[in-house]
Amino acid sequence: MTSQIEVSNLAKSFRVAKRATGVMGAFGSLLKREYATRAALRDVSFTLNAGELVGYIGPNGAGKSTTVKILSGILVPDSGTVQALGMCPWKQRTQYVQRIGVVFGQRTQMWWDLPVIDSFCLLRDIYSVPEAQFRRRCGELTDQMNLGAFLNTPVRQLSLGERMRCDLAAALLHSPGVLFLDEPTIGLDAVSKLALRQLVKSLNVEHGVTVILTTHDMDDIEALCSRVIVIGDGEILSDGPLTELRHSIARERWLTIELEGNQLFSPPTNTTIMRREGNQVWLRYDPVITPTPLLISAIAATNNVRDLLVQEPPIEEIIAHIYQNGQP
Amino acid sequence: MKPATSGRSVYVRLVMACLRSQMQYRASFLMMAFGQFLVTGLEFAAIAALFYRFGSIHGWKIYQVAFLCGVVGSGYALAEGLCRGFDQFSAIIRRGDFDRLLLRPRSTVMQVAAFEVQLMRIGRFLQAAFVLAWALMHLHTEPCTLMVAAAMVIGTMCTFCGLFVLQATLTFFTVETPEIVNVVTYGGVETASFPLSIYPGWLRFTFTWLVPLASTAYLPARMIFRAGHATLPALFAPVFGLLFLMTSLLIWRMGERHYSSTGT
Repeated sequence: MTSQIEVSNLAKSFRVAKRATGVMGAFGSLLKREYATRAALRDVSFTLNAGELVGYIGPNGAGKSTTVKILSGILVPDSGTVQALGMCPWKQRTQYVQRIGVVFGQRTQMWWDLPVIDSFCLLRDIYSVPEAQFRRRCGELTDQMNLGAFLNTPVRQLSLGERMRCDLAAALLHSPGVLFLDEPTIGLDAVSKLALRQLVKSLNVEHGVTVILTTHDMDDIEALCSRVIVIGDGEILSDGPLTELRHSIARERWLTIELEGNQLFSPPTNTTIMRREGNQVWLRYDPVITPTPLLISAIAATNNVRDLLVQEPPIEEIIAHIYQNGQP
Repeated sequence: MKPATSGRSVYVRLVMACLRSQMQYRASFLMMAFGQFLVTGLEFAAIAALFYRFGSIHGWKIYQVAFLCGVVGSGYALAEGLCRGFDQFSAIIRRGDFDRLLLRPRSTVMQVAAFEVQLMRIGRFLQAAFVLAWALMHLHTEPCTLMVAAAMVIGTMCTFCGLFVLQATLTFFTVETPEIVNVVTYGGVETASFPLSIYPGWLRFTFTWLVPLASTAYLPARMIFRAGHATLPALFAPVFGLLFLMTSLLIWRMGERHYSSTGT
């Protein structure tokens, strides 16, 4: 595989004006402002290969948006280099953005008061897409994303789910090879989320589009991403396949036990009770120290058990663990 | 090679889209345009009333001042209509719309200029154009004078566009537009609508050498009135407006580079 985006040692800090408190302070800051420097990115490096679908996650303020902005040519870093599609995003901005697509979940790319199709036509002109190619592409995307019913509706009258689908289509009209999705599922209902995920997946699989996805929705990550980069406080905390991330911290397993009636239950050695509700008990254990078959037979031998369920901890738990400890 | 759509035709299409958006709110547009027409019209009526009472000011008759008012008013209305994006630039930055413009493979100047074209400014433009036409009818006008008048309107428009661009450039550094800039734009309209000779020296200096409104309005007008006909220098003086706009755009480039390395 060829590397498509190479990011090395990115650092970026912002100057934030300190606000003095009180009326006198406010007047004072008119005359003389004090600034504090806040590092958004300290040292970020990674390489993306063509056709990858990568999740880029981290808590609020970790530097996700800053990274996406640098990678899409909007911001210039303090130091570090980016080679993307053979270009430097901020030095060759107009050439570079011609070949990428960006969707911001919070903001639309389209013209608020105009019908969707008008926005598409304007983007066709802005990106110089030849008419024949535009018509083919627009038809494909309309079918794929089911936009036919509201192509002639002004954008302001669309529901959020409809608007997101249109925005995604709008970002794809010029057939970009790399797609940045910044929290694309934020605020969407369950059906729209599923539809959007399916679209992103098929784009990646069928058209080989490289996708970088930032999100707070771990279901997005589980459904889509084979690789996850976790960033915290401006540094990369972990980078690898989702399964690896899971195993790196969570050798832990969860066992849900449903007991026959409200009987007493004492946890076997090396396990802890996380929660108990009526006849249900949630246990946490390390399968290396306490092999699952032995644990189950031990519990079944001493208790009257109706049902058992072994699970891996949900991905949220794992991520929260990384955020808190800074290390997998 | 793909056939590239030229920047100019993209500009035209963006502007048309902007106008179509505004036509979604037709009643609002009509009222705003009419309001503009009325308010600026009344302002001029007040000036005219004073002239009927006092005759002239520094040797300038009512029609001569009306000529100035018409040129400056229509130049300003055109600039405000065409360059509203620069005037509103602090809002564009704060809403994050500028980032969106950076994501498109086109020059930012073109995109900001096309960001908001306000058709309702036609109210003010029509008012100023009426005043200008009225003045020209009373001022023994020959075709050459019309040409100079057109050059003056365009030069004034360029100067105000340049001021809007400079104002927007400041936003790259401060995020909020300093109110002080309005002193030069609104103040410029008021000042340049009258013969510059009535003002104190520092004001004359400002609007001659820093902001070239004198060479797009007052000076060519004086040349015409003194000579009694249009002259070549009068035709070329407004070129300074264009130079001013071009300089502003250069400064804009520098500001843009500063912005992308600081961000918000």
